[in-house]
Amino acid sequence: MRHLLSIEDLDRDEIERILSAAAFFADVADRPIKKVPSFRGRLVINLFYEASTRTRSSFELAAKRLSADVLNVVASGSSVEKGESLHDTVSTLSAYGPDVIVIRSPHAGAPGLVAGWTHAAVVNAGDGKHQHPTQALLDVYVLRQRLGSLEGCDIWIVGDVLHSRVARSCVQAFIKMGAEVTVAGPPTLVPTELAALGCNVRHTLEHIGEADVVYALRLQQERMSEDFLPSLREYAANYQLNSRRLKARQLVMHPGPVNRGVEISGELIDSSQSLIIEQVRAGIVVRMAVLVEVLSGTRVRDPGGQRLAVSAEPQLA
Amino acid sequence: MTVDGSETVVLDEDDIARAVTRIAHEVIERNTDIELGVVIVGIHRRGVHLAQRLHLELTSLLGAELPLGSLDISFYRDDLDLRPDAPVVNATQLDFAMDGTTVVIVDDVLFTGRTVRAAIDALLDYGRPARVQLAVLVDRGHRELPIRPDYVGKNLPTSLDERVNVRVSELDGADEVTISQVTGAGALA
Repeated sequence: MRHLLSIEDLDRDEIERILSAAAFFADVADRPIKKVPSFRGRLVINLFYEASTRTRSSFELAAKRLSADVLNVVASGSSVEKGESLHDTVSTLSAYGPDVIVIRSPHAGAPGLVAGWTHAAVVNAGDGKHQHPTQALLDVYVLRQRLGSLEGCDIWIVGDVLHSRVARSCVQAFIKMGAEVTVAGPPTLVPTELAALGCNVRHTLEHIGEADVVYALRLQQERMSEDFLPSLREYAANYQLNSRRLKARQLVMHPGPVNRGVEISGELIDSSQSLIIEQVRAGIVVRMAVLVEVLSGTRVRDPGGQRLAVSAEPQLA
Repeated sequence: MTVDGSETVVLDEDDIARAVTRIAHEVIERNTDIELGVVIVGIHRRGVHLAQRLHLELTSLLGAELPLGSLDISFYRDDLDLRPDAPVVNATQLDFAMDGTTVVIVDDVLFTGRTVRAAIDALLDYGRPARVQLAVLVDRGHRELPIRPDYVGKNLPTSLDERVNVRVSELDGADEVTISQVTGAGALA
C-alpha cells in the first residue's frame, strides 16, 4: 500500500494484517530491547498543523521503535506561521527524502493533496472532520484484544458525531469488522444523514443498555461555528455517559482528550470498564504496523534481482 | 513466475525423518554440556515445524525436555520495501530465559543466508545466548553472507533458476523436498 488516507482504503484482510503486526509489536514492547530494525536508515516526518498530544507522540515513538529517523514539524514555530503554503512546505520537506510523511491538518482532504506532491508514503493522522484512520484501527485492535472478535458486537458511538473524524473512521472500521454500529446524540450533532454510513441513528440514550461497547466522543467546541447546544449542562444532563446510565458489563472507550464531567463522568473514566488507557497504549503498536504497511512494496525488484527506484511515481504538481 | 510443472523429489518422508533424527544425535554430540541449557528455536513458518520434530527427537533421546521457541523475522529483513505486501506476521514465542544458553536455530532451506542473518539479529534482541548454532534441512548453496550451518539434513547443489520446495505435513499435507525449474522474474524469490 502507498498511502493510508481513509479507512475506505482498507479491506478487512488488510485490517487483519495490520492488527496481527500490531500484536507482534506489543510483544516487542515487553522485551529488554524494544526496537526492531525495519526502518533503519529511513526518515519519517510528522507534519502537524493541529494540536495533538497522543497522536503525535505515539507516531514519534512508533517510528523510533522501528529504528527510523524522525523529524517533527509543527505549524507553530515553523515557516507555516510566516505564510508558507501546504504545497511549498511539503515540497521543502520532501527534499529531505522522507520515506513516510504523517500529516495532521484542520482541512479535510489535505493528506490526499500531499500524497500527490511527494514521493513519500502518506499517512493521515487526522484531517478536519473527515478521517482519522489510525485511531479507528487502534480502537479495533483494543476491542479485539478484549473481545476476540467484533463480529455481531453492538457498538454505540455517543456525542458530537458531526464534528468527529474519529466517529467517521470508527463507524466504517467497526462495520467492516462485522459490528453493529449506532450513533447517538442530540439532533444538531447527530444528523440523520449519517445513516448513509450504514449505522443506526438515535437521538436519545434510552436503549443504550443494549450496547456491548459505548464509545464517547469529545465535544469539539473548537470546531463548532454556530450554537449547536443550549448549554454544556443541558448536554451533560441528557447525554453524559456515567455509571448511572451504563451497566458494569458495558465497555467504555474515548479517543481523548476528555472533557471530564461533560461527555463522560470522571468516575466512569477511571472505572475498570474503561478501555481509555488501553487505547493510548495501543496507539504505538498499531501505528508501527501502519508505518510498515505503507512502506511495503514501495520499490520493485527487477528480473536480475537489482533494486529499482520508487515503483509508483506520483504526478508531481 | 512460472514453474514448468516437473518436480523432482529429492527427499521423501522417510529421508526427512532420518535427517531430523541424525541432526538430533549430532546436537547431543556437539553439546556435551547439553544439560547446561540448549534451546531449540524454529524460524517461521516451516522451520517451526521442523524444530518441533527435532525437539521431539531430542526429548526422547535425552529423556528430558528442552525449551522450544519460535521466531518471526519479518521485521528484521532488509527488503521490507521490496515486498509487494506487508508481511503476515506470526507470533514470536521465546518464553524462557536465553542468557547463557546454546540456541539451535532451525530453518528449512539455507540459501543466501539473509534469513539467518535476520534471525540472529532478532534473537539477540531477546537475550544474550552463550552460543548460537544453525540447523537446516537443506543447504542449497549460493550464500551471499558468510554464514555456515552447524547441522545439515542434505546438501543440495542447485542452480539459481531452480526452486527448492520444502513441504511439511502440518502445512502442506505431506513431507517432501522437491526441486523445480523456475523461469522469469520470480527466480530469486
